[in-house]
Amino acid sequence: VTIEPNAVFRAGLRASTPVLLGVFPFGLVTGVAMAAGGIPPAEAILMSIIVFAGASQLAATQLLGSYAPVAVVLVTAFFINLRFVMYSASMRSHLAGLPFRWRLGLGYMLSDNAYALCITRYTQHPEEPHKHWYCLGACLPIWVTWQFATILGVVAGASVPHSWRLEFAAPLAFVAMSVPLLRDRAMVAAALAAGITVVLASGLPMRLGLVLAAVAGICAGLLSERASSNPASP
Amino acid sequence: MSLASIWLAMLGMGVLTLAFRSSFLLLPERIGLPPLLRRALRFVPAAVLTAIYAPELLVQSGTGAGLGGHERLLAGIVAIGVAWRYRRTFLTIGAGMLALHLFIQLGARLAVWSVP
Repeated sequence: VTIEPNAVFRAGLRASTPVLLGVFPFGLVTGVAMAAGGIPPAEAILMSIIVFAGASQLAATQLLGSYAPVAVVLVTAFFINLRFVMYSASMRSHLAGLPFRWRLGLGYMLSDNAYALCITRYTQHPEEPHKHWYCLGACLPIWVTWQFATILGVVAGASVPHSWRLEFAAPLAFVAMSVPLLRDRAMVAAALAAGITVVLASGLPMRLGLVLAAVAGICAGLLSERASSNPASP
Repeated sequence: MSLASIWLAMLGMGVLTLAFRSSFLLLPERIGLPPLLRRALRFVPAAVLTAIYAPELLVQSGTGAGLGGHERLLAGIVAIGVAWRYRRTFLTIGAGMLALHLFIQLGARLAVWSVP
């Protein structure tokens, strides 16, 4: 029995459905926070299309709102997005040999959720053909839902009174993104070290504290991982 | 914030995000990630996301009376607890917003009582 690209594509579409329930509210919150944080509606909607990364969009809103230079926004986005390098490295073998436009297009849409769906499928069905069609099927609904939700959020956020303090939704969204990552001791160590460092370094110019915090977090994570992997060592 | 800085940030972030997401999909097969870098990258999201919100919780609001302007911190602690327990995005944000407004109300009452 030959498997059609169409069938694989539809399997991707189906797999993405439950994920959309999480993408929609997060997009809504991002849209609201961008509007409440002072990004004009047209730019906020455009940012969702060009950047298509919630954490970066929220961080940019917070930083620009506190008059940080653009360079600081980009350094922050650099660190937030480092995880995507990891994703693309692990997806590569499954998408080998595709035309350039496919690799660039799938790369553009490779969000956290889409990556999780694809890598799960590829691990469970390593021999399945047309893997790129599965990826496209998983990515497309997430992309469409994200755009729809952020537009809705931008429109709603622009008409919400300031007394609701919706700008606080941005840091809360980061809490919601980061806390579920803390599944082992090394991750907790990384988060704690980063949080403490950034607060202690808050007096430094150009938000250097964020870079120091990232380095401190990585070191704490690696050290904690090593400590727990060989408990017998002195 | 100026419109120019919004546009610069948007275009820069767009290029950066696309470059990272498609990085290894576009690079030649023989280039890979060294093992230590791969292990280090695992900790980046937790470290950076925490470093972004931590200072935001310490921003003091209001006059410092009542709860001493620590409403954001208290609401953040509630949100962290909810996120730890339930791992739900919307629930976490909802609980944090609700807690912020409750603490602001509470702070205002405490401030009224503490006036001699």
